[in-house]
Amino acid sequence: MDATSRSFVANARAGLQDADLQTSLARFQGGFQVKRVEAAKRLPEFEALRDEARAIKDHTLAHLDHYLERYEEQVTAAGGTVHWCQTPEDARQVILSLCQEADARTVTKSKSMIAEEMELNPFLEEHGIEPVETDLGEYVVQLAEERPSHIIAPAVHKTKDQVADLFHEKHTPLGRTRRLDRVEELVEEAREVLRPRYLAADVGITGANFLIAETGSSTIVTNEGNGDLTQILPRAPIVIATLEKVVPTLEDATTIMRVLARSATGQEFSTYTTVSTGPRRPDDADGPEAYHVVLLDNGRSRMLGSEFREVLRCIKCGACMNHCPVYGTVGGHAYGWVYPGPVGAVLTPNLIGLEEARHLPNASSFCGRCEEVCPMRIPLPGLMRKLREQEFERRLSPAAVRSGIGVWAWLARRPALYRCLTGLGIRVLGMLGRRRGRFTRLPLAGGWTAARDLPAPEGATFHALWRKGRRA
Amino acid sequence: MPATPRRVGLFVTCLVDLFRPTVGFAAVALLERAGCEVVVPRAQVCCGQPAYNSGDRADTKAIARNVIDAFEPFDATVAPSGSCAGMIKRHYPALFAGDPVWEPRAQRLAARSFELVSFLTDECGVESVDARHEGTVTYHDSCSSLRELGVRAQPRRLLQSVDGLELNELAAPDVCCGFGGTFCVKYPDISGRMVADKAKDIAATGADTVLAGDMGCLLNIAGRLSREGSDVKARHVAEVLAGMADRPAIGAPARGR
Amino acid sequence: MSATGGRDAILGSIRRSLGRGPLDEAARAALDERLAKPQPNLVPARTDIPQDERVELFTSMAEAVFATVDRVSGADAVPGAVADYLAQHNLPPALVMAPDPALDAYPWGERPMLAIRRGRAEEADRVGVTGAVMGFAETGTLMMTSGPDHPSSLNFLPETHIVVLPAERIGGAYEEGWAHLRAEGGADADGGFMPRTVNLVTGPSRTADIEQTITLGAHGPRRLHIVIVEGDES
Repeated sequence: MDATSRSFVANARAGLQDADLQTSLARFQGGFQVKRVEAAKRLPEFEALRDEARAIKDHTLAHLDHYLERYEEQVTAAGGTVHWCQTPEDARQVILSLCQEADARTVTKSKSMIAEEMELNPFLEEHGIEPVETDLGEYVVQLAEERPSHIIAPAVHKTKDQVADLFHEKHTPLGRTRRLDRVEELVEEAREVLRPRYLAADVGITGANFLIAETGSSTIVTNEGNGDLTQILPRAPIVIATLEKVVPTLEDATTIMRVLARSATGQEFSTYTTVSTGPRRPDDADGPEAYHVVLLDNGRSRMLGSEFREVLRCIKCGACMNHCPVYGTVGGHAYGWVYPGPVGAVLTPNLIGLEEARHLPNASSFCGRCEEVCPMRIPLPGLMRKLREQEFERRLSPAAVRSGIGVWAWLARRPALYRCLTGLGIRVLGMLGRRRGRFTRLPLAGGWTAARDLPAPEGATFHALWRKGRRA
Repeated sequence: MPATPRRVGLFVTCLVDLFRPTVGFAAVALLERAGCEVVVPRAQVCCGQPAYNSGDRADTKAIARNVIDAFEPFDATVAPSGSCAGMIKRHYPALFAGDPVWEPRAQRLAARSFELVSFLTDECGVESVDARHEGTVTYHDSCSSLRELGVRAQPRRLLQSVDGLELNELAAPDVCCGFGGTFCVKYPDISGRMVADKAKDIAATGADTVLAGDMGCLLNIAGRLSREGSDVKARHVAEVLAGMADRPAIGAPARGR
Repeated sequence: MSATGGRDAILGSIRRSLGRGPLDEAARAALDERLAKPQPNLVPARTDIPQDERVELFTSMAEAVFATVDRVSGADAVPGAVADYLAQHNLPPALVMAPDPALDAYPWGERPMLAIRRGRAEEADRVGVTGAVMGFAETGTLMMTSGPDHPSSLNFLPETHIVVLPAERIGGAYEEGWAHLRAEGGADADGGFMPRTVNLVTGPSRTADIEQTITLGAHGPRRLHIVIVEGDES
């Protein structure tokens, strides 16, 4: 997809001025935060499970080649096929040929961020295949011709009234002409509209929360059941997943599942956790006839060897964006690519380039809530800081910032000179601000005074007073 | 109760030095009342965060070496700021990771560096202060104090011992005020919204004063309250604990009204 | 690009990033041992309780996620409990049932008004009845596996899903389910014990995608009704 991360500042401003978005954001973060805390409280082992989950992923990543080889062997043994794809283009071509083999006209899809990464929907449409998103939020976003603004709640930026208008407009041609008012009615209408689409689909594409090396299984976690209808009804399901989704055993996946829903939505467990292994067995009563896994690298194997390896522990729960005050004010679209919020601020520059996305790791106050709630204990602010270091080293940061920091740092290493200059400056500022106690505007401080006054300094520096022997 | 360190190096912090010397004097008073001998090393400027958070690692290290040199001789290094204390305590060792000379030095300093209020309670065993403050206050947790240093209960405990003071909690005391160092000037729209939200939360408590332990947050919050024409005053928590809240509040005119 | 080309390139890139070549025999053997003898990690203590309390915990956890639970005594009570549930919800007395010998053992003939079809779910089916391999008290979760006796479509297509679960099948933690599948599948080391589909189901289908309003019946069943049967030796 065309990234707009370069225009983060403009995107953010648009978000701040969008009243509907602000209403939606104000509602969603509070709910998720409270529910997460309550879920964690109910499970005394929650923190210990986070440690174990992290250790499992670290172990897996350190032996990723072996676990992926074993995973593939087990998929093959169960009658399925793994397609190794280095780039999104490789993956699109594999998916297209699988769709063509199945003579597919429509494809149902269960929400997958990897599909967003490979821009799958426009690609399928170009080839005459209609993709139908089935996750309710993703369906809303598809109807609106937008992109998800959150990784687990794709339409979190929309109000109920906006969804009502959208359904009214898009469903009228289907003979559903009444504008609905209540959430339950909207959910019901989506159910009724999508049900025949499931039944008619030739191919179903799902993501995967885990790939299990022990058994060659893929696991999906949903609340709606859309992922299951997507993968058991069509003849040919396709699972798309990136390399780092593999874990060794069912037990390992289980440990991570225990922190997944609690961190994401505050649920004890998501409604549907489904483990799929190969195509239907000869005497099975139903199920798909084939089983294909498109295993995508797209930069992950490279990140494994970089200082950003830890972000590969991410299980895409969304807790970081549920708790990020920056995400909470600007919304997910401001980030301009597939992954918003703190994890997006680390992933996006790694996947599409720091030149494209240099704003994202900078647009953080480093408040640390993301790291605090990340079930996999990914040090997100630390990783954002590493990106800022790369930016600085590669001279991508604005010249004004670089020279400003340079001058200040030079002075900061020369206490005597620093004292002399700042003492003088503060005396002047102190005198100018004495009467009102604040500045509403100040040269070179436009960034500050745009939103707030600058409190005036007391008028002398502490060090000057201390040297004069003044005591409190 | 742990043995009280004898000699404390006060890391004044650049914002206290420049904008609010009162906080430095309040810190000295509180430390001396807790039985410490306070020294203010002259060779100090800043902990290096502006460079560190801008990705300028080389300058950060140069600044950090100065701080380590200056503060190594003391039993403890104390800053009236969770942000600067967190920088020394949590980030200096990481900054010098793998450096045979400086990593151990950074670790030694980190182990003996503290945020002011938690130093008073946790290291000096201070359980109450002898101070009076008439009015209702609310307390904003700075992100670094809270999440890097685990400071949460300590300032509240000491505030409860202040005569006449009533504490009304914010609905979201742990949410960032939007300061974030250089963040607030690089992304003024976002930072502005965050501090506006904070100001709303403060107003809803009905408090006449907002307290915090970090001058960064306080300049931001005071500046926003002032911009909105709010009567709520902003002060560093040390001013109240030291009984020095008789001076004009942050951003208030120098002499009365 | 050939499939093996992608595979070799990716594995090569992973190994470069890990700063090593393929693992040696000893290292591989250690990892394979981990795969061959899967060990539970930390299991929450909340299910370290006697069996009767596990049934209670299962019930309260399932009810907390909007499932309904009916506890009946003896296999003979099952058809009546199902018929009563349908009547209470004004549902037609017609259902599609998993072709499961354990379900067939219940005396459905005593409720001649119930029209029962056995097989996979079709579009028009409104009520599905299945068994479950296990229940987990940990979160009120059911484990169902695909096979000739349990079409997976029954778990998702009908808007009402009734699950008949003998009380002694209620276990504690999910790990007990994996151990059960390994034992039943008769597999020693490989993944061959896994059925095509294992569904862990915790409550009825739900969504909160519009304004965080929890709404049941997004795509899967609107109602999940669990009949727990005490004293059922099936």
